[in-house]
Amino acid sequence: MAKAEDGTNPEASIWRFAPTRRDFFAGFLGWGAVLTSLGIGTLAFVRFMYPRVLFEPPSQFKIGAPGLYGVNSVSTKWIKALRFWLVRYDDRFIALSALCTHLGCTPRYLATEDKFKCPCHGSGFRGFSSGWTQLGANYEGPAPRPLERFKLSLGGAGDIVVNKGKTYRIDQGQDSDPGAFLPYA
Amino acid sequence: MEKKGWFDVVQSSYVWKSIFRHEYQDTYRNRVLQISTNVFLHLHPTKIRRHALRLRFTWCMGGITFLLFLILTVTGVILMFYYRPTGEYAYHDMKYLQFDVPFGMIMRNMHRWCAHAMVIAVWLHMFRVFMTGSYKPPREFNWVIGVNLLVMTLMLSFTGYLLPWDQLSIWAVTVGTNMGRATPLLGHEGPFAELLGVDARYDARALLTAGRLIGPATLLRFYVLHCIFIPLLAAILMIVHFWRVRKDGGISGPL
Repeated sequence: MAKAEDGTNPEASIWRFAPTRRDFFAGFLGWGAVLTSLGIGTLAFVRFMYPRVLFEPPSQFKIGAPGLYGVNSVSTKWIKALRFWLVRYDDRFIALSALCTHLGCTPRYLATEDKFKCPCHGSGFRGFSSGWTQLGANYEGPAPRPLERFKLSLGGAGDIVVNKGKTYRIDQGQDSDPGAFLPYA
Repeated sequence: MEKKGWFDVVQSSYVWKSIFRHEYQDTYRNRVLQISTNVFLHLHPTKIRRHALRLRFTWCMGGITFLLFLILTVTGVILMFYYRPTGEYAYHDMKYLQFDVPFGMIMRNMHRWCAHAMVIAVWLHMFRVFMTGSYKPPREFNWVIGVNLLVMTLMLSFTGYLLPWDQLSIWAVTVGTNMGRATPLLGHEGPFAELLGVDARYDARALLTAGRLIGPATLLRFYVLHCIFIPLLAAILMIVHFWRVRKDGGISGPL
């Protein structure tokens, strides 16, 4: 077999890509099987980390008859349990999410200052007297967009039903979408 | 015949010689062998340059960081004897450690303050390495390892923050993990999220928090990350880091 000037055998160089049948089975199939099983194992682990059932509160709740809530008021009744304000105007209910759009803290409703104020980084959102279109709009602090609204409907027994799984964003013009408020005069 | 002391008797015994294979013969060769044939001592370099001991040059910040890591490991394991990472017990176990378990308060506070100090020491270590130009070739790869160790330190701080399971923990981790929503591709509020079809239930943040909310499942997940996963990763990186310090020519000297 021909040898190069430095005495090495160019035919035997590992850098020469000329796989024999044995190389093919050892390299492609052998390593292929190893890498494939590692890849499948990694994917399985990622899937393992997402359980099928989450032990979290349900997203839909009955919150009682509309008459329980005073006209033109902001109810903080459900803040602790369900994390939203039920705001009642003359002609409608709105379920305003109490999840700050900055980094997810719970703002406080400051009735005297007519605003929702986040204690974490000072984001402020428009209060009741800004009207139902502007309710929850961000106007101070780092919050990038208005508070979201949850879907409202009237249940069979006359109870208000709030669905936290469906949200509406007034910055995307969804304030008048069906479900974004509950008409009630 | 010369009288032998008790220590000479012990040293000449079969058991002693089976443990320590080299005697105290004061030759260069024997001194090197004493170090290099002992599993604990061989972690030290057999010889170092004089400047490596100058505190004004190194600040010993890398060594202090490692010492703090060791203290954190020991106190952390001690805390694990009482702490249960479940929603019902975590907060009360933390209070139990503080107010009832003998020496519980000092173990918890040592863990807490050493954690703070470790972050500071890591920054000072990086500052020293930067100001002395020790990141330059042939040490550039070790700088990269070091940056990864910085990330490990911060991740340990972050995951440990949730474990007391009080209001401060929960909101700090709420804020921290919510940044994960904006991860490109993998976060449901980040750019290109629609390409992979991720939503709030299945995205990078939900992987970390085990669901949409910070809850008991998050606590358990952070506990495993804090006690097993990240320390193991950090230890492996530390092994490489210390190894490379020596293989790249020891601690860099003053110019």
